[in-house]
Amino acid sequence: MIQCKTSKEIGGMGHSMKRKEDDRFVHGKGNYVDDVKLPGMLYMDIVRSPYAYAKIKNIDSSEALKIPGVLAVVTGKDLEQYNLHWMPTLMSDTQMVLPVDTVMYQSQEVAAIIATEKYIARDAREAVRVEYEVMKPVVNPFKANDEDAPVLRTDKEDQKDNHIWHWEVGQKEETEKIFNDAEVVVKEQMHIPRIHVSSIETCGCVADYDKVDNHLTMYMTTQAPHAIRTVIALVAGHVGLTEEKVRVISPDIGGGFGGKVPVYPGYVIAIAASFLIGKPVKWIEDRSENLQADSFARDYHITAEMAGTKDGKILATRMKVLADHGYTDASANPSKFPTGMFSIGTGSYDYSHAFMEADAVYTNKPPGGVAYRCSFRVTEAVHAIERITDRYALEIGKDPAELRFQNFIKKDQFPYQSPTGWEYDSGDYEAGLKLALKTVEYDKLREKQAQMRKEGKLMGIGLSTFTEIVGAGPSKDFDILGIKMFDSAEIRVHPTGKAIARFGTKSQGQGHETTYAQIIAEELGIPAKDIQIEEGDTDTAPYGLGTYASRSTPTAGAAAAIAARKLRDKARKLAAHLLEVSEDDLEWEPGKFSVKGAPEKSKTIQELVFAAYTNHPQGMEAGFEATHYYDPPNLTFPSGAYICVVEIDPETFEIDVKRFVAIDDAGNIINPMVAQGQVHGGLTQGIAPAMYEELIYDDDGNILNGTLMDYLVPTAVESPNWETGHTVTPSPHHPIGAKGIGESPTVGAPPAIANAIVDALKPYGITHLDIPITPAKIFEALKEKGVLDKPIVG
Amino acid sequence: MIPASFDYSAPSTLKEALNLLKDIGDEAKILAGGHSLIPMMKLRFAEPEHLIDISNVPGLSYVNFEGDHLKIGAMAREVDLEDSKEVGEKFPIFHDVAKLIADPQVRNFGTIGGNLAHGDAANDQPAVMIALDAQVEITGLDGVRTVGIDDFFYGFYATAVQEDEILTGINIPVPTGRFGNAYHKSERKVGDYATGGVAVHVELDAEGTCTKAGIGLTNVNPTPLRASRSEEALVGAKLDDTTIESAAQYASEDCNPSSDLRGSEDYKRRIIKVLTKRMIHKALERAQ
Repeated sequence: MIQCKTSKEIGGMGHSMKRKEDDRFVHGKGNYVDDVKLPGMLYMDIVRSPYAYAKIKNIDSSEALKIPGVLAVVTGKDLEQYNLHWMPTLMSDTQMVLPVDTVMYQSQEVAAIIATEKYIARDAREAVRVEYEVMKPVVNPFKANDEDAPVLRTDKEDQKDNHIWHWEVGQKEETEKIFNDAEVVVKEQMHIPRIHVSSIETCGCVADYDKVDNHLTMYMTTQAPHAIRTVIALVAGHVGLTEEKVRVISPDIGGGFGGKVPVYPGYVIAIAASFLIGKPVKWIEDRSENLQADSFARDYHITAEMAGTKDGKILATRMKVLADHGYTDASANPSKFPTGMFSIGTGSYDYSHAFMEADAVYTNKPPGGVAYRCSFRVTEAVHAIERITDRYALEIGKDPAELRFQNFIKKDQFPYQSPTGWEYDSGDYEAGLKLALKTVEYDKLREKQAQMRKEGKLMGIGLSTFTEIVGAGPSKDFDILGIKMFDSAEIRVHPTGKAIARFGTKSQGQGHETTYAQIIAEELGIPAKDIQIEEGDTDTAPYGLGTYASRSTPTAGAAAAIAARKLRDKARKLAAHLLEVSEDDLEWEPGKFSVKGAPEKSKTIQELVFAAYTNHPQGMEAGFEATHYYDPPNLTFPSGAYICVVEIDPETFEIDVKRFVAIDDAGNIINPMVAQGQVHGGLTQGIAPAMYEELIYDDDGNILNGTLMDYLVPTAVESPNWETGHTVTPSPHHPIGAKGIGESPTVGAPPAIANAIVDALKPYGITHLDIPITPAKIFEALKEKGVLDKPIVG
Repeated sequence: MIPASFDYSAPSTLKEALNLLKDIGDEAKILAGGHSLIPMMKLRFAEPEHLIDISNVPGLSYVNFEGDHLKIGAMAREVDLEDSKEVGEKFPIFHDVAKLIADPQVRNFGTIGGNLAHGDAANDQPAVMIALDAQVEITGLDGVRTVGIDDFFYGFYATAVQEDEILTGINIPVPTGRFGNAYHKSERKVGDYATGGVAVHVELDAEGTCTKAGIGLTNVNPTPLRASRSEEALVGAKLDDTTIESAAQYASEDCNPSSDLRGSEDYKRRIIKVLTKRMIHKALERAQ
């Protein structure tokens, strides 16, 4: 149970306070980018390539320019004059803003139309005639480095093939030796599918350049407004847009999930167009553009291996990754981590040796590799370790729960040094799994399963006991384009005791306006309802790296707590002054200081704040404000124990998720209701790749499911009844002991579901299926194995 | 959504609508609920120059039992069938199908007439209408003509409704004896078009011998498909497991699915077989 230290009126940590921002949203009063309307605003639409790989022979804009209301058609050649036709990616690769001669993926931007109305711009899109010379694309990443594969990045001088980089970590030789000598070795080839975040709001911006002041205001859908402003200044400083002349405003955002971290060409073209024309330019993607052209997530082909003893002791793991990056490496990772946090893939288990390696290749697909509700490739790693652990249990005939208990890192082993170099801060994996097993009544379920198998029914139980790694991150290792991954909070308390606090992060639905207020309320005793939270405006908020990878609570949340503590220290000095006692004689309880032994002598926080403006002691700085930039000493390591139960129709193979129990350990919880909402949403985005979502391309690089009619985003109807719960193992290094919750469910759910389905198909001898696992895929797997409609044996 | 530009008329009588159709010719398109046409216009797969919205035309939204027929106006919405208790008692198949069409928002607006007139083999109502032997009323300036459902679907998005005509109603015979019907489709997620769908209607005599059978298949052929061999297998027989199994087998053999993202041809044939079997059983239960 969560113990609250503050009253309900104060609403500090642990209170299920209703989300303050929701009044605005449920009344339709949110202010999203598309709600921004400025005088004289123009509209931009984008001509996109129908081909995956083609030379552009000619772009004829003459017919489009004849349409009344069309002001300009911008091409790569136009941008080339300003050296704006290419831009850097977060991974120090390069990406076209608009192509000068070659398109590299289907739906790539080819030209932009600027018109007085969005309808005119869209009609003009049809009127731009582009002549292409179609070339044979590289689609299959396994063939990207074949001798006959064309070298895609001829723009890069040193690039002689389609290989981008090689990465490795761990103990290669020792691990190999363990594998050679091991009693049991299991191996599976897995694909973590290319998926898309599909946030309800697509991407877009209004670029408003003021020629007189030489000032750009950029309203945009970004999860990291400060970093974006710096990037704009670095890219466009040479044309006069230096950092003080740029203001980035990230208004309300309708879901980000990592997809609103990158800089898309559309943003840059809109800025260029506004700069050249001198009027505001709005660009809003439609749904298909968003799905087809914006950053993908995942797309890791993983060979996962585990070595162990016959009785179930894991000895070592090996993982080899082939990463399909599309035509450029535009992943959203911290600079030093080309595979993100993939090296967390030794999981929740205690063994001494692991080796992981990855190679990335270019293909004719959209760029990306964003951290889709996931701390930089953790989802891929967790899927591999949780699947291969189950595979090992299957091989030696051991119950997968029992095998996990046998191998868990024990509570007293923390801080734990992993073989791939991480220091796990804290955890109690046994407690989590025990609670999950009890909730689901595991033993009874296994009995039921045995009975059902006798009746020819397919029922499976899948476990996932994952460890997450979030809160990037400590400045010694973590930066993006050189900027360290700290984050910030600035608290300003007004004379009447009400406050405004601003942050370097940016909520996209996470509930920061509530949870940050609760952190400050916890530390300062000012009611959370009296604390207004602001984010997203680079002119007002302190600098920070933004919201993604479950980093807001671990970084900015910590900054809020520490800034509030600075203010509490000041309040103590004020109290000592007003009560005429020494600071040591004062006692704090949420909301007031009182004199030890004389509780009737006290001052509330509101009285103390008022004094800071009206009656502060000589020598003390007036006002009541504090700022903190928090550089975390370590990452945080949330964990979870998930159990999924499925039944599969033995004739149609339709999959029915009967139960899903999710026990999370995110350390101390700020708002249980918000946390539960995060878990529900995350789990739904967990069944998405497990059972529904994958971006599919044909051999010519055409996307086959580029609309939501065929790219299957699950809804409430597809969601089972989520049974949630938690254990609490506080982070020892975080000021409020919190770890971050937003991503655990998305990360932990897919392997639980996959493991359940594979377990259901165990009587047919199935050992692995790639996600998304669909009824049609099960049919093909059984057919290929020659066991279709064979009677099953329990 | 930004479709290509188009003109729009909303006539208030059927005659006015038909005159507009005649005057504008093949660039005109009738807009009923819009839930098939507008998505196509959004993607610019359809770029009609003129939309004639018939939602102001009175007298097309009825759902009535008249004599020995169930009469459905072309502008009756899917929800009108879904919500009608009377329809559900005689034809539970309409409750089955309505619940499987897209989502409540679509069913509140999408029309039965539009569902047929779109001529899409992926739509669900066509198979049901085949199973129930519906008659389609088509109105032109010269008057009303009636076309049997087997003569209605011509090809891909093509039906018996000519350029100067409007589908105005559907008549379904109500049997007098024992009968039952049922529909189900396999779908990848809610609101999806069918991977395969099967509509079954059976009529039985007092001894339980099948006197009439209608079986329609969704999305496994260029046009909505009648599973004739399966029907023949049922008629004159007691519907035991062996008979049902062979009817199901025929349906899976006689359909013409193509492999796509919904599954391979083989998988779809299997779905048709399983659903045919299950729907015959369900129709039979309902006929008791």
